Amino acid sequence: MTSIVKPRIVHRGLSRNRLGLTIRDYEGGMSTLCAGCGHDSVTAAIIQALFELAVPPHRVAKMSGIGCSSKTPAYFLGASHSFNAVHGRMPCIATGAAAANRELYLLGVSGDGDSLSIGLGQFAHAVRRNLDMLYIIENNGVYGLTKGQFSASADIGTAAKRGEVNEQPPIDPVQLTMALGGTFVARSFSGDKDQLVPLIKAGMRHEGFAVIDVLSPCVTFNDHEASTKSYAYTREHSHEVMHADFVPPMPGITVSYDEGEVVPITMHDGSRLLLRKVSDDYDPHSRGAAIEYIRTQQRKGEVVTGLLFVDESRPDMHGINATTGMPLNELAFRGLCPGKRRLASLQRRYR
Amino acid sequence: MPGNAKSRINDFVVKLANVNGTGSASANTLLMKAIFRMGIPVTGKNFFPSNIQGLPTWYEIRVSRKGYLARSGSVDIMVAMNQATYAQDLAEVSPGGTLIYDSTWPRESVIARPDIAVIGIPLARMCNERFAKTRVRILMKNMAYVGALAALIDIELKVIEKLVRETFASKQALIESNMDAIALGYDYAKKHFACPLPTRLKRLDKTAGHIMIDGNTAAALGCVYAGATVGAWYPITPSTSLMDAFRAFCEEFRKDPNTGERNFCVVQAEDELAAIGVVLGATWNGARAFTPTSGPGMSLMNEFLGFAYFAELPAVVFDVQRVGPSTGMPTRTQQGDILAAAHASHGDTRHVVLFPGDPRECFELSVAAFDLADRLQTPVLVLSDLDIGMNDWMCRELEWDPAYRPDRGKVLKPRTVARLPGRFNRYVDPDGDGIAPRTIPGGHPKGSYFVRGSGHNRFGEYTEDSDEYLEVVDRLRRKWTTAAKLVPDPVIRRTRKAGNWGIVSVGSCNPAVNEAIDRLAAKGIHLNYCRVRAFPFTRKVERFLDQHDYVFVVEQNRDAQLKSLLMLETSYPADRMHSILSYGGLPMDYRCVVEAIEEAYLAGVAA
Repeated sequence: MTSIVKPRIVHRGLSRNRLGLTIRDYEGGMSTLCAGCGHDSVTAAIIQALFELAVPPHRVAKMSGIGCSSKTPAYFLGASHSFNAVHGRMPCIATGAAAANRELYLLGVSGDGDSLSIGLGQFAHAVRRNLDMLYIIENNGVYGLTKGQFSASADIGTAAKRGEVNEQPPIDPVQLTMALGGTFVARSFSGDKDQLVPLIKAGMRHEGFAVIDVLSPCVTFNDHEASTKSYAYTREHSHEVMHADFVPPMPGITVSYDEGEVVPITMHDGSRLLLRKVSDDYDPHSRGAAIEYIRTQQRKGEVVTGLLFVDESRPDMHGINATTGMPLNELAFRGLCPGKRRLASLQRRYR
Repeated sequence: MPGNAKSRINDFVVKLANVNGTGSASANTLLMKAIFRMGIPVTGKNFFPSNIQGLPTWYEIRVSRKGYLARSGSVDIMVAMNQATYAQDLAEVSPGGTLIYDSTWPRESVIARPDIAVIGIPLARMCNERFAKTRVRILMKNMAYVGALAALIDIELKVIEKLVRETFASKQALIESNMDAIALGYDYAKKHFACPLPTRLKRLDKTAGHIMIDGNTAAALGCVYAGATVGAWYPITPSTSLMDAFRAFCEEFRKDPNTGERNFCVVQAEDELAAIGVVLGATWNGARAFTPTSGPGMSLMNEFLGFAYFAELPAVVFDVQRVGPSTGMPTRTQQGDILAAAHASHGDTRHVVLFPGDPRECFELSVAAFDLADRLQTPVLVLSDLDIGMNDWMCRELEWDPAYRPDRGKVLKPRTVARLPGRFNRYVDPDGDGIAPRTIPGGHPKGSYFVRGSGHNRFGEYTEDSDEYLEVVDRLRRKWTTAAKLVPDPVIRRTRKAGNWGIVSVGSCNPAVNEAIDRLAAKGIHLNYCRVRAFPFTRKVERFLDQHDYVFVVEQNRDAQLKSLLMLETSYPADRMHSILSYGGLPMDYRCVVEAIEEAYLAGVAA
């Protein structure tokens, strides 16, 4: 089997973004995932968000590891560079890519197995580094490609399709990221495009590590009654506490909102995030309070979604390193090599 | 003094037995450097524990007017500063040698060796009387034995003082206390013993144009000079000092003095799996990137090394080899990763491996490694070892050709991509050398492609098709043939009188092999010598083998890994290769080579 090329049909009436590109320019190959897979909806949201952001596709690097989720970069942004790494090791490749070219947009798609089991260490350290990238976890609580084993995000008491019950506590990427000092933490549901698209846009523009944990049901192995990651369960038990609207830094665009109800946040590139409180008792600026709120709701069986925490003040990896502004991969050799005379003089210390 | 002490000018070994964490390292380095500055060839080997404070540590300084840098395997002067190893240290002194010890605590057991001279100097007592602070007393004891040695073996005090001044630069108080301590030992020795000993130094002029440098520092300089901008690592002995040195050089040469901005990025990764990944992410994006590690780190990097081989990404990996897995011997040297490096990872993979033989080659081959990695779009593994990496070796000054320009290999510039008549196909080989031109992300929309492991066809598209896979792996084999033409040739030493016996060796065995050849020649045994510097083996290696009826393969591991690789990769018959192996964790001494060859020669002559 090889990849399936999607026929490219451009209607005259399709709207164009700032770069003159249509949404078709942000599509990729045909998905080979199961019909109804939540991941395909995330793919659609990514396409929509990047089209609206008008990012030049070739300036984006799509990053992934191994798993169903990690296959999805083949289904969007066909004109972008892409790196399908080994299992659980996408964050280090992204780190190196960012180190070499700080101007590249890094968009990572991973899964709960890739990020929370084999790649948990890598994920945690990418958060600590505050690597400048958007990291989407397509979370379905199950291993799809190897046919239905529990993942580390499966809830206690969840039953596998064949009846086995999970007794190990889950790792929640949202709480983990918050505890590790993450600077942009969100949770969404693959079926909620209205919520997801602005989150992706904001995450792309966040200067630092942006994590979106997207509950994305597996129709084949984990969409049954005893699952807490099914379409039905997620629809019923998730509720949004903080809706984010993303406003690009475009002159002439004004947005009206009611003070008190909306919290505006200005991002590094001048974009604005308008956080609309859906739940009154939620505070997106307090890491401790946010974690506590998420935990309390979790005990009640509720899944809290939305932009749960954001901190635009912390420096990213290059800020911490004081790396020069020009991408390292563009620096001329002349400026990097100290030369013959310096080599002669520095060797005095070895005599 | 025992009467059998022979005069040994500029040809002896001083060994210093210390307790680690007491500041002896700087005193011992000072000793060695002073000898070097007197124009006398010298080498120092540090045998240290995997520990910070309290365990035994030794430093072995060999002085050799002929410039031999291997261990000689004997000790002429022992400075025994560690009670815990006293008996062992006493036993190790060669007959006719000298033992110096701290006589603050007199020892009855000293008389156990009537065949050596024993010199007691009350180092601790003198320092306790002179210095007030406990820590200073401990540190200065070391400088006091430097002073005593200066008197006993004739180290020029001027030279020592200059070194002390350079070391402590602006800290006048430290210069004074150190010189005080040196004077304590010097004066005591002069007063109580016949100075100098018959075993002593005499100024020569054989170190001009040379430096004393360790391989990790030299390799780090190579990375700076090759234009590496991204380094990733996880701390591991004995490779850690490579990244320390790289960072220090970059702080010196790569930082804007006004803004403090750095034009390099060093990532301390969470483990070696991540370190190699960071390198691949960076080289995929067109930066020169490297990671230093040792055997255990190499094991963790295996999955990604195979990935890089298939995805065709450059990477430079320094494996500063040490002994075996986990605890116990990590601070001891070995060449145990040769096979693991050559065939790292799963599936049909093989890697370019370079073998520097001294710090100078660490510098040169690290620059070569970046060029080869870029040209061949594949990982290049530079295998040095703890002996080369962490010990100071005397070698010729490093040189730099100002005309050097990095070979970045077949990288298509965005404007070239823009002019391509059709689409860009990542894995098509236009020149027949197995190397497909690549693009750098972010350059031009037409240059985009999907980096994957084994599942791609020549266009860079996903595939599970057998024929398309075969096309890719068979081209990779062609690339391997190209690699064999590009990697450094062996260094071959021929002797006019040599018959059809040869030696093949690698890396840090070099000084021992060279000395052995000279000593065997004096006994009428003449051999040619081929020091392999790269895998794949170049044609010159094959030719050397073919020219000899019998070769000794000298290496530092138990299982004859270089010999195994020669058996696998050349047509030379295995039964004509004889292994000489040294794998106890200490740098090789020349005697094991001499003895093995002599024995074989006698057996051969008898037959």
